[in-house]
Amino acid sequence: MDSLAEIAVDPMLPRVARVARRVRELADTWTLELVAAEGERLPGYAPGQFTMMYLFGVGEIPVSISGDAADARRLVQTVRAVGKVSEAVTRLSKGATLGLRGPFGTAWPVEEGYGRDVVVIAGGLGLAPLRPALYQLRRERQKLGRLVLLYGTRRPDDILFRRELEGWRRQLDMEIEVTVDHAGADWRGHVGVVTGLIPRLRIDVENAVALVCGPEIMMRFAAGALHDIGVPEAAIHLSLERNMKCAVGLCGHCQLAGSFVCKDGAVMRYDRVRRLLGLREV
Amino acid sequence: MEGLERIVAEHPLFVGLGPAFITLAAGCAKNTRFDPDQYLFHAEDAADWVYLVRHGRVALEMVTPGRGAVTFDTINEGDIVGLTWLLPPYRWGHDARATELVRAIALDARCLRDKCEADHDLGYALMKRFLPVLVQRLQATRLQMLDVYGQPG
Repeated sequence: MDSLAEIAVDPMLPRVARVARRVRELADTWTLELVAAEGERLPGYAPGQFTMMYLFGVGEIPVSISGDAADARRLVQTVRAVGKVSEAVTRLSKGATLGLRGPFGTAWPVEEGYGRDVVVIAGGLGLAPLRPALYQLRRERQKLGRLVLLYGTRRPDDILFRRELEGWRRQLDMEIEVTVDHAGADWRGHVGVVTGLIPRLRIDVENAVALVCGPEIMMRFAAGALHDIGVPEAAIHLSLERNMKCAVGLCGHCQLAGSFVCKDGAVMRYDRVRRLLGLREV
Repeated sequence: MEGLERIVAEHPLFVGLGPAFITLAAGCAKNTRFDPDQYLFHAEDAADWVYLVRHGRVALEMVTPGRGAVTFDTINEGDIVGLTWLLPPYRWGHDARATELVRAIALDARCLRDKCEADHDLGYALMKRFLPVLVQRLQATRLQMLDVYGQPG
């Protein structure tokens, strides 16, 4: 029989976590703060990684980690209710237990930003997997050149982590531009697609790093616009989303040409996936 | 170069345009400003001016029954407000409202059209500068129409 230590690192075996707090972010989006159940411990992770969240008797889904990787006491994950499992996850109350596998996947290359300008571009819920990178970038702010966040979402009511963004903007140590697709007359900010903000960036384009996460079509246009202004393709990193099931590169559900998004991604370099982004899937 | 010519020449839309063309375009220009919530123009008005924004932000709006004014785009410093001055029937299709103090160069559209008609080289040079703006906004509109942040499926 396997030892307990071996079982603990089996990537197919969920560990049990408990909901310590749940926060409603948007009408259909919740953030769960998870702590280890008795006798368990939470996994460490790097910004950009995800877990497989298992609701006993319901099913399992991949969920982005949206918290601070430096906080080992809690695992913070943001979930949008879009299907049977995610709806059930967002209904979990404080004290409820769930299974967790992982973390899985590649990380945002935060260290590549040292000595360079860093542009973070988020669309909609894509801000959630970027938030751990933003925590680290802000903590290591003195190592970076300019730090810019461009965030696009649907309407002013759909701005994720709004209070936190407002706080960061007040601290004046990074530039934050938020744009929405549609707004009423009371909105004083930008309206229009997030890619429209890219030509206005005042950065050292040849020496910049870009981290991009959002709907894939938005990422495709954002990466193209970044390259148009001079950011090298190899310096643009995207977080892709596919149908992750096993999360360890075995089942093939998330296969993208010769890569498995769960294992070789989700964070991937634009120059390596550019040609694949426009392909129709069979 | 005179003050207004210099300002026109420095606007991103006209950077690199030959001095003779700048003089022609600046001959149709005047400085203007709009206070917060003041309208630059309304839908269905004659498209008699095109605005080169030097400072501030302009919201492009349409009034929708039951929803009031809906902003579908904002125009910032260095960009232009108004593209329908280029083509008949020269009427605005939306409202344009300053959301903060806006300083702009207003180009008399009729004057500009007449000069483009008289000097096709100027017309072609301007067309090459306005057309990319039009295409960029068309592509942005397509992306907006896809509603990529909405519920999947």
